[in-house]
Amino acid sequence: MEKTACIIDVARLNFYYGKFQALKNISLQLESKKITAFIGPSGCGKSTFLRTLNRMNDLIAGARVEGKVLIDGRDIYAQDMDVVELRRRVGMVFQRPNPFPMSIFDNITYAPRMQGQHKGLDDLVERTLVRAALWDEVRDKLKSSALSLSGGQQQRLCIARALAADPGILLMDEPCSALDPVSTLRIEELMQDLKNEYTIIIVTHNMQQAARVSDYTGFFLSGELIEFGDSNKIFTKPDDKRTEDYITGRFG
Amino acid sequence: MRPRGIGEWLAYGLLYLSIVLVTLPVAAVLFILVSRGYSAISWEFLTAMPRMGMRAGGIFPAIMGTLLLVLGTVAIALPLGVMAAIYLPEYAGRGRLNRLIHLAIVNLAGVPSVVYGLFGLGAFVLFLKIGVSLLAGCLTLALMILPVIITASEEALQAVPQSFREASLALGATRWKTIWNVVLPSALPGILTGAILGVGRAAGETAPILFTAAAFFLPRLPKSIFDQVMALPYHLYIIATQVPNIPQNVQYGTALVLVALVLLVNASAIILRSYIRRRRSW
Repeated sequence: MEKTACIIDVARLNFYYGKFQALKNISLQLESKKITAFIGPSGCGKSTFLRTLNRMNDLIAGARVEGKVLIDGRDIYAQDMDVVELRRRVGMVFQRPNPFPMSIFDNITYAPRMQGQHKGLDDLVERTLVRAALWDEVRDKLKSSALSLSGGQQQRLCIARALAADPGILLMDEPCSALDPVSTLRIEELMQDLKNEYTIIIVTHNMQQAARVSDYTGFFLSGELIEFGDSNKIFTKPDDKRTEDYITGRFG
Repeated sequence: MRPRGIGEWLAYGLLYLSIVLVTLPVAAVLFILVSRGYSAISWEFLTAMPRMGMRAGGIFPAIMGTLLLVLGTVAIALPLGVMAAIYLPEYAGRGRLNRLIHLAIVNLAGVPSVVYGLFGLGAFVLFLKIGVSLLAGCLTLALMILPVIITASEEALQAVPQSFREASLALGATRWKTIWNVVLPSALPGILTGAILGVGRAAGETAPILFTAAAFFLPRLPKSIFDQVMALPYHLYIIATQVPNIPQNVQYGTALVLVALVLLVNASAIILRSYIRRRRSW
């Protein structure tokens, strides 16, 4: 692995839902401005892991974290960490497109408005929508409801909405699982495009997708990170027998 | 769709009968009120002060009194109830205390209204020394409708998709900003439903205002919130049972006005609700 900036450093991370341990001793480093994919069967902990990176798991009663997650050198579970600040830095796109029942414009400007920005919103909306490859389709109907868009458009809107908060890292939790193949392809192209500016971490149950888009891939099984490394290697000659079994479709 | 077989016919017949039985009393009440009361309704009846020991003139102060009581009650109970409804599920968690509070609120809805009246007399009129007044009546009525508003608001808040909250929080909005900007607007129609139910109750109850706000006979409008008021339900009770020789059509006319007033307030709330619903979904 060549030497590049490491933006996320996870060390001996354990995660519990009450008594159930969902993540077991996870340690890894994620590189800046790369796409990292996490794959694994349902319930393997990959989404839970993703949600430890922006502390969305804080919302779940009885959830508990052990270990360290450093983002840009700061321990995000430290006492003095501002969760609101963290989530601005680490954007998230969810499995189902979840635009607010507001206009397209208001969706995009939500995060900046929450941060007290009320000027230059028109520019910001155009810039962000161009970035998310949605501008040409919605430029004439910024004031209409975000819910009037198609599923694929809604998901690109959600990506744009996340980008408008100006994050450095973008978490994507199975962003294409509710979309048709054409929309999926568009999102994947968009991800390649965004890679130049953002660190992208995607959880997917679609192995072809992981192979297509990612630079690095991690394989989760029963809460353990079985194997992590270069995507080419993981998908061609994995070290671990279980990884091989999974990617060749022998289980999962 | 045509029912088939004897069992289907029987079920169909029973369900149809139940609808008739449910609607009939409502229709009958309205019919009796309108047929016996409409002759009393006139511009003077609606806008004049009562005269000759309530046997002549109008019921204007009672109409205004009830309107003021309802407005004041909603102004107190709605913000308080919505705030409580937000706090319980969004902040308080699912502890034993929360469940206890919840149980208490649900039970409050079942307390007879005369108990609220006596409580209002003890707490607001005497202990806080507000006196028999519009304010004391509003406070008492507000207490009475709080459970309805809290329960309806809580249900409305819980019906807001979790994905909205997650999206907002993930964008770096604080909990309160999430509630204020995303959750509350989506829940507003449901909250208004609770308010509508509360208004209906507040406008029609006599017992809670009996000792706290209502004047037997006060042929003028209240001068301040510390003044007594006439109110339609109490006025109706008086002219029906306490004062002899009131023309029958005046009694029915007063009842008709009360029903119409409640329907009017509800209708405006329903129109407001559908307007908000449309605006939220475009």
